Amino acid sequence: MFEGHAPYTARYILPDYEKAIHQGLAFLEMPPPNDLDDALSFLQIMYTYVPSVTSYPVYLGDLDKVLEPFVTDAISDEELDRKLRRFWIGIDRMLPDAFVHVDLGPHDSRITRSIFRVERSLRQAVPNITLKVDPSITPDDLIEDGVRTVFETAKPHFVNHPMMVGDHGEQYAAVSCYNSLKIGGGAHTLVRMNLKEVALRHDGTAEEFLTTTLPHYVELTAELTEARIRSLVEDQHFYDTHWLAAEGLIDIDLFSAMFGIFGLAECVNLLQAYEGNPESQYGHDAAADQLSVRIVERVAELVAARPMPYCEGGGGRCFLHSQSGIDLDDEVTAGTRIPVGTEPDMLQHIAICAPHHHLFPAGISDIFHVDETAVRNPQAVVDIIRGAFTSGMRDFTFNLDNNEFVRITGYLVRKSDLAAIAEAKTVRHTSDHLAAGSEDAYHLTQRAVKRISCRERDPH
Amino acid sequence: MTPTNGLVADTVAFSNVDGPGNRFVVFLQGCNFDCIACHNPQTIPGHDPLDGFGPQRSSITELLTQIRRAAPFISGVTASGGEATQQSAFLSDLFGAINADPTLAHLTTFVDSNGACDAGTWDMLAPVIDGAMIDLKCFDSTIHEQMTGHPNDEVLASISHLQEQGLLYEVRLLLLAGVNDDPELLTETAEWLAALNPHMRIKIIGFRPHGTRPHSPPMIKPTAKELQSCADIFTTAAPFEIQII
Repeated sequence: MFEGHAPYTARYILPDYEKAIHQGLAFLEMPPPNDLDDALSFLQIMYTYVPSVTSYPVYLGDLDKVLEPFVTDAISDEELDRKLRRFWIGIDRMLPDAFVHVDLGPHDSRITRSIFRVERSLRQAVPNITLKVDPSITPDDLIEDGVRTVFETAKPHFVNHPMMVGDHGEQYAAVSCYNSLKIGGGAHTLVRMNLKEVALRHDGTAEEFLTTTLPHYVELTAELTEARIRSLVEDQHFYDTHWLAAEGLIDIDLFSAMFGIFGLAECVNLLQAYEGNPESQYGHDAAADQLSVRIVERVAELVAARPMPYCEGGGGRCFLHSQSGIDLDDEVTAGTRIPVGTEPDMLQHIAICAPHHHLFPAGISDIFHVDETAVRNPQAVVDIIRGAFTSGMRDFTFNLDNNEFVRITGYLVRKSDLAAIAEAKTVRHTSDHLAAGSEDAYHLTQRAVKRISCRERDPH
Repeated sequence: MTPTNGLVADTVAFSNVDGPGNRFVVFLQGCNFDCIACHNPQTIPGHDPLDGFGPQRSSITELLTQIRRAAPFISGVTASGGEATQQSAFLSDLFGAINADPTLAHLTTFVDSNGACDAGTWDMLAPVIDGAMIDLKCFDSTIHEQMTGHPNDEVLASISHLQEQGLLYEVRLLLLAGVNDDPELLTETAEWLAALNPHMRIKIIGFRPHGTRPHSPPMIKPTAKELQSCADIFTTAAPFEIQII
């Protein structure tokens, strides 16, 4: 996943699959498909030619919009499920990487309903899925269908569609590890700034951190970002030469770069300690929570003030992203999350997370752990989703206790695959190995189950 | 606003097991039953304070402040206990205040009750509640008395009355192996409930020991198979909407 200073491909690419299906692919010598079978085959072939940092495509399309025109009344639900089931198995086996991502919604569709049924029956780690939710468009029973799917496979993620449209316009998608970018564009690169390390290099008050130390490290991060972009565009000529660009399926003017931050929790706690308040911890004290918002606001301001070449997709600036972490991170918390195992109750958790979300156009993914009683009452989770969007959350999902799947940072791994790695057995997905590393470092399977249900109480 | 205070054991902002959707739950302190299988025995005494456990005198204003915070995330508010109807005047005021508040009026109001109160109590609550969930510990009054310390006449009358008023959301049967799970008894129970409403929502809940007090002889958790055969008895009797927990 390391790009070095001279990447040879854009990190995240979101081809315009609707356009591809409409006009066909000259480079691959494929005419526009005429029916659903042709369309599925067309996409399956095209996917293998879409580059990314992982070498597997990170975006497979807004499949409801791409495929719905081919779903005629002549195709029964059973037939649709059979076709999509074959397609879905193909995705998991041929693109064995959990960063491979499908988007659905916000409108209801037969494709979306079928994909959820297939998901629940196959229980695969790939593809990752986002359901775009517009509270005024997406019906409750579609959200509930998504929730039932989460109970089986820890997918989809739920995205605040109106907030995303406000930042990117209608043509956006969530890809890879919950990176929201423009369709037909993407991100040249992603550079991550470790806020914990920045705080460790700081000596002084929180105010001085915001005015001196933080701007310095934001600029260093921006310099690396710029070097990579210039190399990709000016030296490698990626956008002048790639067939996706030649056929108008990507456009450099829809690209930007991602400025990722992580380790906010440790940064806040360190600064509070420098201020003489070591007890004031992020997620558990109002002063710490207020400081966390100030830090992110300051980063957002600095990133917005730093021009970046070839980033017209972001108005000439990087998109801020709350980076979910990688397997090599040690003793540092993903993105702007509250450290695993110390999360407060869910209402408080949402109240602390929500004020950060609007600051991250390129995505931020919080995860809430629910216990298995929710399975009998999916409407309870729908209520929480609607409330979370009202509170300004951008995107999040739920992990169900006792689920076979574990959401590592934004991607998924099966517990059985983690166990296989521990026993030195062979596993299929490239991301399974990253997950094993992250589990060792983060203990993600110990995420706190919070009191969504608490009828029975021990008095002591 | 009425200045009544309630004796509140605790509140939970999010619950998915106390009625439809996600709910804010107010656990009221004090119960007129003394069930051997009670999961919250600390909420039984109707007085304060107790050693190591402190129910609070809470005003409606205080509770509304908490409920407003949770409001965007919930379908409604449930009053549980203890036994919520023991503080029916407070409950009526609390739910009345929720219904009267424009920012909270969309929330549904439910009571989770042991059913041991008279019809007048339900009639007083009727204008401010959307539904009631009633525990039926046992259809046989003698066994009911062994389990709760009280006969079941008021409970059966409450179920019947609430059904007539259109306010019965569900009936819950807590099954203790060897105590209240005799097939003949369950058949009678099912037939009685079916006569009231053959489509009734029924929750069959297997006893679980957490939270309960020691008891001799030890209370036994029914197996999944036993719970399923209880459910089968109900399914045979009528097209109930059955959930096994």
